[in-house]
Amino acid sequence: MATHQISVTVNGEAHAAEVESRTLLVHLIRDELRLTGTHIGCDTTHCGACTVLLGGKPTKSCTVLAIQADGCEIGTVEGLAGADGMHPLQEGFWEKHGLQCGFCTPGMLMTGAALLAENPNPSEGEIREAISGNLCRCTGYVNIVKAVRYAADKMGAAAAETANAATDGEDN
Amino acid sequence: MIPPQFDYHAPGGLDEALGLLGELDDAKVMSGGQSLLPMMKLRLAGPANLVDIGRIPGLDTIKERDGCLRIGANVTEAQLEESAVVAERYPILLDTARVIADPLVRNRATVCGNLAHGDPANDHPATMLALRAHVIATGPGGERTIDIDDFFHGLFMTALGEDEILTELHIPVPSPGSGGAYVKLERKVGDYAVAGAAVQLTLDKDGKVTKAGVGLTNLSFSPIRASAAEETLLGADFVPAGGLRGAIERVRDAITRASGADDIIAAAAQAAADVTEPVADRRGSVEYKRNMARVLTARAIRTALERAVAGG
Repeated sequence: MATHQISVTVNGEAHAAEVESRTLLVHLIRDELRLTGTHIGCDTTHCGACTVLLGGKPTKSCTVLAIQADGCEIGTVEGLAGADGMHPLQEGFWEKHGLQCGFCTPGMLMTGAALLAENPNPSEGEIREAISGNLCRCTGYVNIVKAVRYAADKMGAAAAETANAATDGEDN
Repeated sequence: MIPPQFDYHAPGGLDEALGLLGELDDAKVMSGGQSLLPMMKLRLAGPANLVDIGRIPGLDTIKERDGCLRIGANVTEAQLEESAVVAERYPILLDTARVIADPLVRNRATVCGNLAHGDPANDHPATMLALRAHVIATGPGGERTIDIDDFFHGLFMTALGEDEILTELHIPVPSPGSGGAYVKLERKVGDYAVAGAAVQLTLDKDGKVTKAGVGLTNLSFSPIRASAAEETLLGADFVPAGGLRGAIERVRDAITRASGADDIIAAAAQAAADVTEPVADRRGSVEYKRNMARVLTARAIRTALERAVAGG
């Protein structure tokens, strides 16, 4: 059986792995790298529970071969929180009750993170469009949208504060 | 679900890819893999070899040149959605890309793959029929151009040879006074179409239809060109005496007021429905799908007219 040596950078950390041609990215992440925050839901490209960032873009990792990710940057839910605590999105899901069973949450978070990186101030419609490939079977969409808005507001306020601090610094 | 075993090949150039296709048995070309990988996981496909063209440089551009919009083999649906030239001159392409699968799938799924897959439930085939696109197939003997009308051979079958790669899609740059629209009925985001209609029209200065393209999605074993609907639209005069220019809301009213416009649109939409051969499934009965073909074609014609008049 042919195997391939690949290297990937996951949440900023370089990993080398030996994979079969048919190994799916989600299995590399969960079974080899033991990052089990990324879930497997439908396994048929519908539900988005397995969403990770591949080269910065939200991608269903059950429908990408691990070898296709060779040389790529991958972001998983384990990489969201920083040294100073939860990512504003994670905080938003906490504050706004953006989850019930929590199974879809890692995927929702990664899609939300990609949305906010591209569009820091999304409308409700834009959030709904962005998460349209992520299914929540508890149907908690209303609170998920609120959670993403919470993060947008918090990150926007933080950015404004930084900008003000920078301006103040210039004045001095 | 893990796909059955296969050997994976990632050629760095087109020549290498064509060489691999020539020497390997049972090889399948893959770019985004968003249709092929699910089929392999479900054991609906099981090629012995995968030739991944995703790493071949130069196949990921969208550009207008020599009278054509050229879409490379690795251009994703997301790229189409973000393209300035597409937004400005090809609203029908934007309509189509936006209703394919979901935003996550569109980050990897390719436009050319949507055609090469040969699935009549895919959305780009109808749009490419309406736009009268050409498919560029590259094989060991070089490039050949395939008329979109000759491309689809049936369920999952196309004109592409086993040793060929669909390298580019050519869409003629629309003349002034053109507009198009794609309308899809889907049960939920990400589902295949219950029915879909693509319409591309060109009006002359007097408001007469000089070019008409009508394509239909998931209403037969192949994408359908509704030729009778096109003939009904050709020569029709949708602009009332005195002409019209201006805001889109006024255009909508004016099209409806043009003498006989409603009758022509209804006749063309019925002609489109008449050529469909839908199959009853959980998305609906034959009668329902045929009726939806009529309704969606009428809607697509109206939007195409509005865009043609507003943009022309």
